[in-house]
Amino acid sequence: MARSSLRPRFESWGRYPVLHADLWPLNWGGDFPLRNGPATRLLPVGAGRSYGDVCLLENGTLLPTRGPGISGGMDRFISFNVESGVLRCEAGVTLAEILDFAVPRGFFLPVTPGTKYVTVGGAIANDIHGKNHHVAGTFGRHVPCFELVRSDGARILCSPEHNAEWYSATIGGMGLTGLITWAEVRLRPIVSRKIQYTGIKFNGIEEFIALSQASTQIEYTVAWIDCVSTGKNFARGIYMQGDHSPDPAPLIPSKTPWLVFPIDLPELALNRHSIGIFNTLYYNKQLSKRTTGFVDYEPFFYPLDKVLRWNRMYGKSGLLQFQNVLPHEGGREGMTEILKAITASGLASFLAVIKVFGDVSSPGMMSFPAPGITLALDFPIRAEISFELLERLACITLEHGGRMYPAKDARMTAAQFQAFYPQWKDFSRFIDPAFDSAFWQRVTK
Amino acid sequence: MARPGKLPSNILALGATSAIAEATLRLFAARGGRFYLVARNPDKLAAVAADLKTRGASSVMTHVMDLDDTAAHPAMLEAAAESLGTIEMALLAHGMLGDQEQAEKSYLAAEAILGTNFMAPVSLITWLANYFAGLHSGTLAVISSVAGDRGRKSNYVYGTSKGALNIFVDGVRNRIDRAGVHVLTIKPGFVATPMTAHLPQGPLFAQPSKVAAGIFRAIEKRKDVVYVPAFWALIMLIIRMIPRRIFKKLNI
Ligand SMILES: Cc1cc2nc3c(=O)[nH]c(=O)nc-3n(C[C@H](O)[C@H](O)[C@H](O)COP(=O)(O)OP(=O)(O)OC[C@H]3O[C@@H](n4cnc5c(N)ncnc54)[C@H](O)[C@@H]3O)c2cc1C
Ligand SMILES: NC(=O)c1ccc[n+]([C@@H]2O[C@H](COP(=O)([O-])OP(=O)(O)OC[C@H]3O[C@@H](n4cnc5c(N)ncnc54)[C@H](OP(=O)(O)O)[C@@H]3O)[C@@H](O)[C@H]2O)c1
Repeated sequence: MARSSLRPRFESWGRYPVLHADLWPLNWGGDFPLRNGPATRLLPVGAGRSYGDVCLLENGTLLPTRGPGISGGMDRFISFNVESGVLRCEAGVTLAEILDFAVPRGFFLPVTPGTKYVTVGGAIANDIHGKNHHVAGTFGRHVPCFELVRSDGARILCSPEHNAEWYSATIGGMGLTGLITWAEVRLRPIVSRKIQYTGIKFNGIEEFIALSQASTQIEYTVAWIDCVSTGKNFARGIYMQGDHSPDPAPLIPSKTPWLVFPIDLPELALNRHSIGIFNTLYYNKQLSKRTTGFVDYEPFFYPLDKVLRWNRMYGKSGLLQFQNVLPHEGGREGMTEILKAITASGLASFLAVIKVFGDVSSPGMMSFPAPGITLALDFPIRAEISFELLERLACITLEHGGRMYPAKDARMTAAQFQAFYPQWKDFSRFIDPAFDSAFWQRVTK
Repeated sequence: MARPGKLPSNILALGATSAIAEATLRLFAARGGRFYLVARNPDKLAAVAADLKTRGASSVMTHVMDLDDTAAHPAMLEAAAESLGTIEMALLAHGMLGDQEQAEKSYLAAEAILGTNFMAPVSLITWLANYFAGLHSGTLAVISSVAGDRGRKSNYVYGTSKGALNIFVDGVRNRIDRAGVHVLTIKPGFVATPMTAHLPQGPLFAQPSKVAAGIFRAIEKRKDVVYVPAFWALIMLIIRMIPRRIFKKLNI
């Protein structure tokens, strides 16, 4: 098929940077290696829900397994074992589709990120984590095996027992080691859609850490933190914890959301004042120090998924995400320093969450999660101020022996990346010679 | 018109690896349907079969064949009827877009499009119409296209194959509807499938799952003709109303 030379724009979820690439949609496991493929470099992409440039490649050819503007995609189930809960499916199946299938059958995802609109391939390639990291570890830990196809046609069956090196390089391998065509995911049983929820208000990092230490037996924990307020409200937040309800209740499927964010808001709509007001309202929405109750899993895990394309709230220029993890040793001081840098910058973060990662080791060579405290933020792009702040946060992260998350990054430098991930050189042996990404070019060249 | 009956569960799918067919069959698989799937590529066919089985199909049988081979149709259809017990619904989905420019220059290219999109369905429908009429029941669902509603400069060969198919299916309906057979003409607009992957995807493109939901409802309601998504009924009404002396100057 003829491809035009003027390549279309392709955006990731953060809408920054915007790069140009051809799309070569994959519909079947046998579509790769490409027949009469292009001369450009290649990169698989899933739903494009990464924020920065791990799923981008300037002047390359993206191989979407899913996503808007492309045909059906690699979205098939292959088998499901009701006894073991192991689902085998193609890499373009989304976590939303797995939930639609699994929940009525009494199963749930082993690990889920803050949106269900990501693909299985993307979840493996970034070795994603969720609110249960302290007990379940990363997504990759629940992937018994998958098939990796290389551009030379080699089909490698990867598991901890077979081709263990390829298994470990591909989990968290950012799409660079080849195309994942299908994977197995071990689901966990549930008896209800409900989550037994407790929300606790806290003031300051110390109190947050104490709450985390007191809740290690609870499956899901995360906290929303106010990154605007100073003085006595500095680092206030709401600690949210929950377990799957043990009381059997009807396992009906979820409804499809109908609300779509209709327009790109003007760039200035989200500013320190509007976010400050939001934060105060959000913090005070919960009146008492502690609330408990049962909530459906949808609002508990995916509050943002209710509005499709909510990233338009940030306007056309997009947003910058930042997520780091700092080791426990010196972690609270580091996080305090980071929060101070943010409040001092005058930039406000709308969606700031903080969590303690557990000690469960990650299976991927390049996986991001490590024991310690993790903070995730997003900022509107206000040119140099935003970039300077991110640079400052990267430096503090480095000084405290932490690291940043490639799936949520558009700015870290090659020197920073190589210090965060000293194993990168060893990893590069596994990169498919036909593959490349804008992220990888930025952090290695 | 509408006589809502029991939804079919023994289903024969011709061109089962089509994206629109797959999405439609999934809706029947979730209800425990039984399937006899026919397609020409064995790897794709196996993938579709495994998917439907996992989604809840109670049984899935597969048959690899090129549907251009009309001589082999009766044997395949008999095998399907025997394996399913009774065929309760047949979905005809296979088709090709072809290359209009080539078909303008070469009769052989045009013949290939007409063969796959029209002659093969004629052969299949002839057998199936008699089969269903003999049973006094059944659903014959045929995927045609909005392209068959009017001859257009940009794709009249494909359009002809679908337009001819529309007339043929209309005639079959007029013959066997009174025997209790539901005959459905499905007219999709632009759908994002491998068939259209090379075209720039404008806002008029629908996802196969959306189209499938429309097809499912039309089967449920025993409609004669359905445009999917429904807004295409309006678009095509307007297109059909444009006077010929203007239409012949347009570039659509
Ligand atoms: C609202 C929101 C909340 C989020 N919350 C979290 C969270 O809590 N925890 C977390 O870890 N992440 C989170 N993320 C990030 C997101 O989970 C990851 O970026 C995820 O990888 C996106 O998956 P995707 O299918 O969109 O893949 P893409 O973004 O399209 O691609 C991600 C990477 O996967 C590779 N890839 C995709 N498919 C394949 C394949 N078939 N074979 C090989 N490589 C492939 C790509 O090359 C790329 O490197 C969140 C994102 C959003 C938008
Ligand atoms: N997509 C649209 O915009 C659109 C609009 C209106 C109507 N339609 C119609 O919808 C139907 C389904 O198409 P689709 O959109 O789902 O595209 P698709 O996924 O490309 O499906 C077309 C299917 O037809 C099969 N096929 C073609 N020739 C065949 C042959 N000789 N024998 C057996 N199988 C054959 C193809 O098999 P292989 O995979 O092996 O090639 C493929 O599975 C077609 O009739 C099409 O004309 C589509």
